[in-house]
Amino acid sequence: MAAHDLTEGQVIDGFRLDTALDPGGMANFWRVSRTGPAGTDKAGVGADFPMVMKVPLLRRGEDPITIVGFEVEQMILARLSGAHVPRFVTAGDFEQPYIVIEFVAGTSLKTLLDKTPLPPEEVAAIGAKTAYALHDVHRQHVIHLDLKPSNVILRDNEAVLIDFGLSRHDQLPDLIAEEFEGAVGTGPYIAPEQVLGDRGDPRSDIFSLGVILYFLATGERPFGEPQREAEWRRRLWRDPQPPRRWNKGVPPWLQEIILRCLEIDPGDRYATAAQLAFDLAHPTEVALTRRAARETRDGIGAVAMRWFRARNARPARRRNVAGQLSRAPIIMAAIDLAPEAEKLADALAAAVGRLLATEPDARVTCVNVLKTARLALDPLEDAEGRNPHLQRLIELKHWARRLAVASDRITYHVFESTDPAAAVIEYARNIQVDHIVIGARGSSTLRRYLGSVSAQVVAEAPCTVTVVRPPHQVGQSAAA
Amino acid sequence: MRIALLTDIHGNREALTACLDHAGRSRIDRFVFLGDYVGYGADPVFVIETVMEHVARGAVALLGNHDAAVIEPDPRMTDAAFTALDWTRGRLGPAHLAFIKGLRLSCEDGGRLYVHANAYAPGEWGYVTGLYSASKSLMATTAQATFCGHTHVPMLFHMSMTGKIASFEPVDRVDIPLTARRRWLAVIGSVGQPRDHHPAACYAILDTARGILTYIRVPYDVDTAARKIRDAGLPIELSFRLAEGY
Repeated sequence: MAAHDLTEGQVIDGFRLDTALDPGGMANFWRVSRTGPAGTDKAGVGADFPMVMKVPLLRRGEDPITIVGFEVEQMILARLSGAHVPRFVTAGDFEQPYIVIEFVAGTSLKTLLDKTPLPPEEVAAIGAKTAYALHDVHRQHVIHLDLKPSNVILRDNEAVLIDFGLSRHDQLPDLIAEEFEGAVGTGPYIAPEQVLGDRGDPRSDIFSLGVILYFLATGERPFGEPQREAEWRRRLWRDPQPPRRWNKGVPPWLQEIILRCLEIDPGDRYATAAQLAFDLAHPTEVALTRRAARETRDGIGAVAMRWFRARNARPARRRNVAGQLSRAPIIMAAIDLAPEAEKLADALAAAVGRLLATEPDARVTCVNVLKTARLALDPLEDAEGRNPHLQRLIELKHWARRLAVASDRITYHVFESTDPAAAVIEYARNIQVDHIVIGARGSSTLRRYLGSVSAQVVAEAPCTVTVVRPPHQVGQSAAA
Repeated sequence: MRIALLTDIHGNREALTACLDHAGRSRIDRFVFLGDYVGYGADPVFVIETVMEHVARGAVALLGNHDAAVIEPDPRMTDAAFTALDWTRGRLGPAHLAFIKGLRLSCEDGGRLYVHANAYAPGEWGYVTGLYSASKSLMATTAQATFCGHTHVPMLFHMSMTGKIASFEPVDRVDIPLTARRRWLAVIGSVGQPRDHHPAACYAILDTARGILTYIRVPYDVDTAARKIRDAGLPIELSFRLAEGY
């Protein structure tokens, strides 16, 4: 039985084929439902979501990438979880191998390509969702390595990544690398290091996302549509036209972000997708460099030099996905700016400084919460006519000066909230903070009754929390 | 069915006990011992009797080259191994020797092949150490998955439908799907004398329903096992190497 012989109503291992979907290039897709109650099939999963069966087209003489890609997808999807990938139901073999996964209902990014150029805000919103999805997958040891519009589906308020046939799990055998000698990917989107055969760098996905953002923002592909592998190499030395050349409506911050994603050297790109997502979600915080102002591509000299280097380029040593992510965390410093907390502020700076010394790709976000009695009812100015929000921001920047962090790696935020701990926790969750550093002011009778901000953050934060105390002084109570 | 695969225990009571404790918490349905119960370590009797008990309850046990050399000394062995086997012979009783004499070289079980050294010449004890020897072994069997030991270094070889062979260093406690369209050769690391510079004992669990193989490193009391080797008067290097894992 071959994939194209399947018929509607046919039952395979407890799944009934309901309707055929548009076939992809390498597989047939069927909407399926269970013939028995959930949990009786061999997967034993009580799935109550719509499902799709993917059956690869295996014909004699078929490109082996179809077979191996299918094996890879079967291996990797079974290991992934979370909202940003289709849920895996089961895999099987009825002379034809197949997998059953969640049917992801939503809008494929591909359908938006006809509407390009999109407004910058929309590009940023789509980009941020996709970057968060990528970060989620990277955290699970997987690099997608074939990110393109048809593999991103926008569902509700998030992006779902599909088709992991060329992906790499850094704790499982890399079947693709072992089967194929050359570069494997999709011409317009493949990253330069992938062209050289490096399949171990999560920043390759950041490059591909940069190509997508470029396309959405300008309607043009930064590297055209090269078909032959030899043409793919061009991106090892030739940088793309700046997006503003095609569309003057692309703001400098968006050009900065896109060109940083498209840097030839992965080390010049965003270190993690979470850091990229952060910039896309905070346009006013993007630190602008020469990239933002570029009008033209690099001159012939720079290109010739890169060409010369690329002639002998070999892929860098294999990296480890989780390692790359853990070297580039987002650190949140939650600062108490009260005058009596000066020693604590010093101790906090020392603690953050130690983290930065060991993690040079880390990014710092400094947060202060202005506690309000009730939301929106406090006056915008204090008795002396100062804006307390702005005042806090100035103090926050002053505090961070001693960390000597480059401006593109640090941001400042002052929130107004009736509940400071909740504000810190919510923000940490939204921007995927890896590590919160927060001060504890010590104990007082009042604090024992009301509970402290740091204790609440420790209890409820979605990540690691370091609680900093000012140095203990002789004669103080040990309970401090 | 969940199958625990243990090999190259080499008279190391502490390592075997630690692995069996872990397996005892891992819902194991069947035990498969891939050989080399004796040699090097100071507790050959304990190890053989433990394996005999498991066999009495349905476990599979195969013959390893050190077990065979108890019956018929193998002049190709290193001095330390030779000396340790001389010592071991003096410890074993008739029941232990009878058990060893009854062991098979290999065993096939529903598309799986169990063997101590390799599939191409099980009784000649050639090592599967690289792509060449792995391909020889994969070509010599039709089994979809082969499980062996002998090298003391955990490694997973696989061959695609197009005949490409590759190797992979398994990561501790990461589930590896043994996909159906590929053939696999799993070299299970050693329980009693790991040689991949990691002193923790190694064994593996195969979940046949899900087609998943998981290599597991189990820490054990290396110091006690090493001290017993010294106290028994066995070659001292056999005690040192346990802590180094080589």
